Amino acid sequence: MIARLLLIITLTLVPVTTALAVEPDEILSDPVLEERAREVSRELRCVVCQNQDIDSSNAGIAREMRILVRERLMAGDTNADILEFMVARYGNYVLLRPPFNAQTYALWFAPLVLALFAGGIGYTVMRQARHKTIRPADLTTDEEAALQAVLETSSDIEKNK
Amino acid sequence: MKRMLYASPVLIAMIFGGFFLWGLNPERDPNAIPSVLISSPAPEVTLPEVAGTGVPGFSHADLVGDGGPVVVNIFASWCVPCRAEHAVLTRMVNQDGVRLFGINYQDQPEDALRWLNELGNPYERIGSDLNGRAAIDWGLTGVPETFIVGADGTVLYKHVGPILGNDAISAFTTALEQARQEGSS
Repeated sequence: MIARLLLIITLTLVPVTTALAVEPDEILSDPVLEERAREVSRELRCVVCQNQDIDSSNAGIAREMRILVRERLMAGDTNADILEFMVARYGNYVLLRPPFNAQTYALWFAPLVLALFAGGIGYTVMRQARHKTIRPADLTTDEEAALQAVLETSSDIEKNK
Repeated sequence: MKRMLYASPVLIAMIFGGFFLWGLNPERDPNAIPSVLISSPAPEVTLPEVAGTGVPGFSHADLVGDGGPVVVNIFASWCVPCRAEHAVLTRMVNQDGVRLFGINYQDQPEDALRWLNELGNPYERIGSDLNGRAAIDWGLTGVPETFIVGADGTVLYKHVGPILGNDAISAFTTALEQARQEGSS
């Protein structure tokens, strides 16, 4: 039972080597350029499958984009040039890592703001819990009088002993 | 301070509720990809003709030519929804006098030709995009896709997927009508 569980856990944790979508005829003969092509491809979103990079996507359009990436590398573009080229056509959407600019501040800062907010609430609750002292309300005049009466009778009893 | 603390669950519930309302809105399509092409000039690409169709290919200059808006439809013979959409496009051309250009996407000329011979050719011009490069310039995410290009060569509207069903058709014709008015004024 435990052995089986362990097996399941290991199998889920081992990264599945993604079946390479890059086809042999796409690969560049220059290994340095090919490595850069792979790097750039992993930054670009497959516009059909949407949650995959074009490097691992088998979609036809992803293949065209990979070939295009390689052509531009051969033409001497930098990695940033190629990303820019794609953004000009597909918008920031095509980048798997959203850029950090005025349009995306909300996206980047939201987790931080939420964490601070939650932390603030947590801190206040804890502080109030620690400093909470049970302080009874003041006695009303009636209660005061009654108490006085009791005290007086008891002191009379003391005296009469 | 204390009052703010008591209000925080309500506040949090309201924030989450807002997100859920937004997420559940049937008008919202989470798969919709915003197009950067809208309100910018149509891509400067020159496409050769598809041999045998009898209509020429086109370049950017042909889109700006005659004053009226042009509908640019990206299609392929292997694309099943394109087949269904073809009838809608043909009707638009025949009834409303729409100027329709086609981009034949990653299609062998003989396949495209057979397809057009079978269904008819509503296209005024058809550019061949054998390697799919022009489609990337148009920001294609999948065939079919249809654009309305204004008289000045500006992309005004984009429809992803086939123009089928009343909603899609009426949205498209409304956009086309607007493009025509802008062109004439």
